[in-house]
Amino acid sequence: MLSVRQQPFKTAVLVLVWGWLLFLVLAPNLLVVGASMMTRDPVSFLSLPLNLDAYRQLFDPLYLEVFLHSLFMAAMTTLVCLLIGYPFAWALSRVGKQRQLLLIFLLIVPFWTNSLVRTYALKLILATNGLLNNGLMSLGLIDEPLQLLYTEGAVIVGLVYLLLPFMILPLYSVFDDLKQEVLLASHDLGAGRLSTFIHVIVPLTLPGVLAGVMLVLLPAMGLFFVPDILGGSRHLLVGNVIKNQFLDARNWPFGAAASIVLTVAMAFLMFAHRLSKRRLGEEGP
Amino acid sequence: MKQTLLSLQGISKVFADKTVLDGLDLDIYDGEFITLLGPSGCGKTTLLRLMAGFEQADAGRILLGDNDISHAPPEHRPLNTVFQHYALFPHMTVFDNVAYGLKMEKRPKHEIRERVEDALAMVQLGDYARRKPHQLSGGQQQRVAIARAVVKRPRLLLLDEPLSALDYKLRRTMQVELKRLQRELGITFVFVTHDQEEALSMSDRVVVLKDGVVQQLGTPREIYERPANLFTARFVGETNLFPGRLKQITESAITVDVFGVHRTLRRPDFSVADGQSVHVLLRPEDIRVLEPNADHGLSGKVVERNYKGSTLDSVIHLDDGTEVLASEFFDEDDPAFDYRLGEPVKVSWVDGWEWLLPEEAGQAVPDGERTADA
Amino acid sequence: MTHRWLPRTYLTLVYILLYVPIVVLVVFSFNESRTGYAWEGLSLRWYEALFNNRAMVAAMWNSIWLALSAATVSTVIGALTALALHRYRFRGKKLLNGMLFVVMMSPEIVLAISLLALFLLVGLQLGYVSLLLAHVTFCLPFVVITVMARLSGFDDSLPEAARDLGASDFTMTRTVLIPVIMPALLAGWLLGFTLSLDDVVVSTFVSGPSYEILPLRIYSMVRVGLKPEVNALGTLLLVFSLVMLMLSQWILIRSKR
Repeated sequence: MLSVRQQPFKTAVLVLVWGWLLFLVLAPNLLVVGASMMTRDPVSFLSLPLNLDAYRQLFDPLYLEVFLHSLFMAAMTTLVCLLIGYPFAWALSRVGKQRQLLLIFLLIVPFWTNSLVRTYALKLILATNGLLNNGLMSLGLIDEPLQLLYTEGAVIVGLVYLLLPFMILPLYSVFDDLKQEVLLASHDLGAGRLSTFIHVIVPLTLPGVLAGVMLVLLPAMGLFFVPDILGGSRHLLVGNVIKNQFLDARNWPFGAAASIVLTVAMAFLMFAHRLSKRRLGEEGP
Repeated sequence: MKQTLLSLQGISKVFADKTVLDGLDLDIYDGEFITLLGPSGCGKTTLLRLMAGFEQADAGRILLGDNDISHAPPEHRPLNTVFQHYALFPHMTVFDNVAYGLKMEKRPKHEIRERVEDALAMVQLGDYARRKPHQLSGGQQQRVAIARAVVKRPRLLLLDEPLSALDYKLRRTMQVELKRLQRELGITFVFVTHDQEEALSMSDRVVVLKDGVVQQLGTPREIYERPANLFTARFVGETNLFPGRLKQITESAITVDVFGVHRTLRRPDFSVADGQSVHVLLRPEDIRVLEPNADHGLSGKVVERNYKGSTLDSVIHLDDGTEVLASEFFDEDDPAFDYRLGEPVKVSWVDGWEWLLPEEAGQAVPDGERTADA
Repeated sequence: MTHRWLPRTYLTLVYILLYVPIVVLVVFSFNESRTGYAWEGLSLRWYEALFNNRAMVAAMWNSIWLALSAATVSTVIGALTALALHRYRFRGKKLLNGMLFVVMMSPEIVLAISLLALFLLVGLQLGYVSLLLAHVTFCLPFVVITVMARLSGFDDSLPEAARDLGASDFTMTRTVLIPVIMPALLAGWLLGFTLSLDDVVVSTFVSGPSYEILPLRIYSMVRVGLKPEVNALGTLLLVFSLVMLMLSQWILIRSKR
């Protein structure tokens, strides 16, 4: 091992990186864990003694309902993204290579566009006298405007719209890796389309599904501005609860506990993803 | 008389305006080891994929026995494929990979277990049943792919360049192994390769393909010693092609003039005329290199020598500039046998070993060029 | 495949759904109408209104300055991190990798409250500095993976050759590695810039009244009702993002040749 004097550059880089991560990632997260176990204090936000009241409060019927509702909306969002994204990624991986590049480019253009602005654009379409209602009425399909905005459906549509590329990209990556030869081998050994789908395609694309679920489910619980804009502050997400607790209600222990629930969910999904990749003999990150 | 198992009749296939196979006919006999040999793009893999059912022919029929299977999907054809890159299912164990085809047939559990274990024992992987493909070496993966295909007891096994991803030594071992398996199982093997040495050493019959057309069909010996045309001559083995001129044609014999040397040979199959130019084909091992003061032979000098272990390969420039490839076995009595570069020699060849080929369109008999294809 | 048109139709349909809102936004930004629902004629009045809105213009400049600095700082640190991960063996390398991955996967809101807690604990005034620290933190992993991808594609013997020819570690990094990873640095910088400009969640928590930035300004405007100026602003941001994206793709594609 070379000493610090012999490798000043390496040492400087490592100190900088570790310093940054320890101070701005590890320390803040430990603070949140600490905060979740302290007592609410109207003046200094937090005070001793340590307790688990915040976690107990999570099971308060009022909040439990919000949590379950948020989970339900996130799960619906994920499901819709998966249902749209799975065949989409499959079809995408089957078009010519040159065209694929263009199509992927088109897929990430919206991702590079301000998400607030895009959510707002949905409002133009979904509003009571917005484009969709006007269109449906002029076609004579409905007689009076439907209440589309400020509904649970609008929130889910908004979340799907923002998060769909995050489902498609990992799925596309596994479909792109799926070797044509392996599918042919399955047919060659006597499997029909359905058997091949169940026994070969699904297991081989599972890591992509889990990565997509991870990238959609968690943000779908946290993107508080979507219900704010499209849900009219009803149909809250866990993200809204956390935000309210930190910025308005000033109940830090509770907000921190709620955020730890999200972190635990993330850890669980990451673990599942790693497991699925290991089954295929690929090293997880 | 050998019985035809699979019959390909008038098969054509066009991909995006490129004709890959053009009215090809081929009968494959029951129990034989037949090799499709040709350079990349010759249509050999397409032909194999047509047999497997991965592609549909644009014209022609494929008969298995008396059944027309031209339009049957791959899962309904009683033949199996060993893929070039193995195509093992990465999420399944070796056992499950091999069992896959039997599960699709809905065989009872105990039968599957028995047959999979037998198949794995046959490829000497009995102890690896619980492993995943990524835990195996390339050669082991190859064996799993073979076991997976033969466990279904197909009438015909299709092998698509199965050894191309293996290193030289392993390839030799697997060649022997495949021959043994084929003998033991009695299954017809259709083997695709671009490696002429592999084709010659393993096959009962070889089909030489170029641009979707069969150039020659015959035993390895026929292909090597009596190539039907220039393409086969150049593609299979190394070749000296000398310009010759025919004279004194009789009912059964002709005389050919090569560099002023006159040889009388059996009359060839193609139509001949007095004074006609022909290619005279001589393999490097037909060439004899003599002392410079020998009483016959063409004089030249050694310009290259390659020690090959069992042979000494040399390139000799004749006085008129013609290049000659020679390959000589080492003589046990003369262990120091070797050439110096620039050493003057005389070149001769074994009388009667010449093989004549007619001129082909665009392939005029050269004045004496070196024609050695890899 | 018997039905080639089916996958194509499906792809087209999804793309239409993805682009309809954006097209609507752009079209309506040129609409004369105040309500923003019906077309009442071509007009640039909302662009005019946008640039006459002093708070908005100030927020725009604040955002651009923040994005520029966050992208630059995260590119420098991210590139150094990627180089260290690629070249050195050190204790805790896996942990470092894991932490970066966790930062990338973490829900933004979790990162946001943890940083807020930290800044309040150390008594940092919420404003430009807190925003910068937060933005650099969430941009960092993206820069690292972009640069790592570039580094993993190049020959390991290059740095060894440079060292062999007498370059010091530092000189070799400057003369060999940095030029090799330049395209990735530019792509990473552009990515960081866009991420910073787009961020709402983290900024909501760690910004203070002293330094208002664009996404928060937009947020406060669109929460209730419709604001036609936002259409104009959205169109400008869209064009800007497109230029940035094309630039980064162009750089990446050009470097692959």
